[in-house]
Amino acid sequence: MTSEVAVVGMVLLPLLAALPAVVWPRQGKHFAAVGLVATWVCLTVLWIQLWQGPVSVVLGSWPVPLGIAWAVDGARAALLTLAGAVMTAVLIYARKEFALVHQPEPTSQKGREKLLGQRRQAESFWPLMLLLWTGLNLVVVTDDLFNAYVGLELVSLSAVAVVALAGNAEALSASLRYLAYALMGSLWYLLGVTLLYGQHATLDVGLLSQAAWSTPTDILALAIITVGLFIKTALFPFHAWLPSAHASAPAAGSAVLSALVPKVAFLLILKIWLDAGAAAASPAALNVLGVLGAMAVVYGSLLALRQERLKLLIAWSTVAQIGYLFFVFPLAGGPAQEQPWSTDAWSGMWFQLVSHGLAKAAMFLCAGLWLQALGHDRITGLRGMVNYMPITVLAFGLAGVSLMGLPPSGGFAAKYLLLVAAFAAGQWWWAVVIVLGGLLAALYLYRPLAAAMSRPETPPELKPVAAGWQCLPLLLALTAALLGLASAWPFEALQIGRPDWQEGPL
Amino acid sequence: MSASWYAVVASALVAVGLYGFIVQRHILRRVMAFNVMGSGIFLLLGTMARRGDPLTDPVPQALVITGIVVALAATALAVALLIVHARVTSRAALAEDDE
Repeated sequence: MTSEVAVVGMVLLPLLAALPAVVWPRQGKHFAAVGLVATWVCLTVLWIQLWQGPVSVVLGSWPVPLGIAWAVDGARAALLTLAGAVMTAVLIYARKEFALVHQPEPTSQKGREKLLGQRRQAESFWPLMLLLWTGLNLVVVTDDLFNAYVGLELVSLSAVAVVALAGNAEALSASLRYLAYALMGSLWYLLGVTLLYGQHATLDVGLLSQAAWSTPTDILALAIITVGLFIKTALFPFHAWLPSAHASAPAAGSAVLSALVPKVAFLLILKIWLDAGAAAASPAALNVLGVLGAMAVVYGSLLALRQERLKLLIAWSTVAQIGYLFFVFPLAGGPAQEQPWSTDAWSGMWFQLVSHGLAKAAMFLCAGLWLQALGHDRITGLRGMVNYMPITVLAFGLAGVSLMGLPPSGGFAAKYLLLVAAFAAGQWWWAVVIVLGGLLAALYLYRPLAAAMSRPETPPELKPVAAGWQCLPLLLALTAALLGLASAWPFEALQIGRPDWQEGPL
Repeated sequence: MSASWYAVVASALVAVGLYGFIVQRHILRRVMAFNVMGSGIFLLLGTMARRGDPLTDPVPQALVITGIVVALAATALAVALLIVHARVTSRAALAEDDE
């Protein structure tokens, strides 16, 4: 009973906090704080329950397939925890980014309009973030493909609105381009889901996994769903919307957009290919997924090297880092699911997902603080930051260590596990891409770090930022590092609810 | 009329919508193309419900209603963004300057 309330609460509480934040926008940050604390209570209860085994709820006691099942196992709880951690940092940080400084009422018309715009931006941010969180948690817990569609739409539409918040021409075109891609992705997904329903008369992942996936319509539906989700995950070559959208959003929004939003669409690809449609997953198709991931790693990293603005660099790095996740398909999908190395590949993918989320959120928050201090985010303008904001430079460096996959960090654990699996499977070519991607990450992160640590010719004009705010990204980056230092416990926790998992305390 | 006739019309709507979405540059036309394609998918869902003759399967109808609500929300957001974008840039199409 407690566990069922906790699962439902994970989705319902952010939603319940979002509604009054829409009605009373001035109080948005207080509702956000209450929602945050309440959701963390649920999450804690959920982890305690998970100790005894995976948790599931059948909503309204309507049996599947008419009803909808929600479930949480170790891996999904890891994603819920990542979302909670990033949301916590972002919602605290947003109090700084959207703080309205008390100033005399501007006399000019233009000044008044600007103040009004700032106020609207600040007030819209809180409900949007809470709705986005609702959608994220819904996609994570649900076992029903149409229910997941609703969650995915909630995530996409709130994310598009977050991108548009700044209200200038650049942000508006970025958000419209994002919206066009997101709508196309969701229509493809919906079309595939429709075809699947026509074939199997159910959309429950568990029931679909027992169905025979043999007809051409099944394969067509699988392909259409996958393309739709590729667009939402921004997998190469469907990534065109991501960099401009993530760079135009306010830094607090970018952190969530980069760390969490593509991950839930990826989770659906994972559910479809490793679970619901595992019967149709041929090695050739799984290799195509892996190759697209490899191309994303190389292409995203090369483009990140060429960026002059820090937020664009971080956004292109997201395109690259998402690519690693797709190595799980050739290494742990289809026939390889029975192989001994599949657990390593699968766990490595989850380490990558969580540690990239933490590191990327830390980087965007650093970029946001530097943007506030300097007024711009040109990489060459970061010279000497180590003297003025050393804590953020340390956070950025630590996050970078995780992205490069250097020990000790979550990124290292991820790449180590993936490498082990690649060699055990005899598919050494993935290992080459993993190592190459790490080298390229070191190259593109060298430029902002080198700039920050160099001596400036003239001291930059800075608005001071209190050390407390700088600690937020540091905490996120430290957590990413900690994932590598103490990787045994998270590794065990991920296995809760996997087929070969032994019930009982860890 | 037979269910397959509805399925043909649904496929045609999806195809027309997809074509319009790719070819059109005016944002409002793309929003309309999105709605045409969405209607095609909803019609397809309705066709799925009919196949349970003589009883009609209620689940796809519930899915259609939910889908319409989602499509409406997406359309509203798109039109709102389009209006603000047009006000700020005085353009009805995106400047296709992909980085």
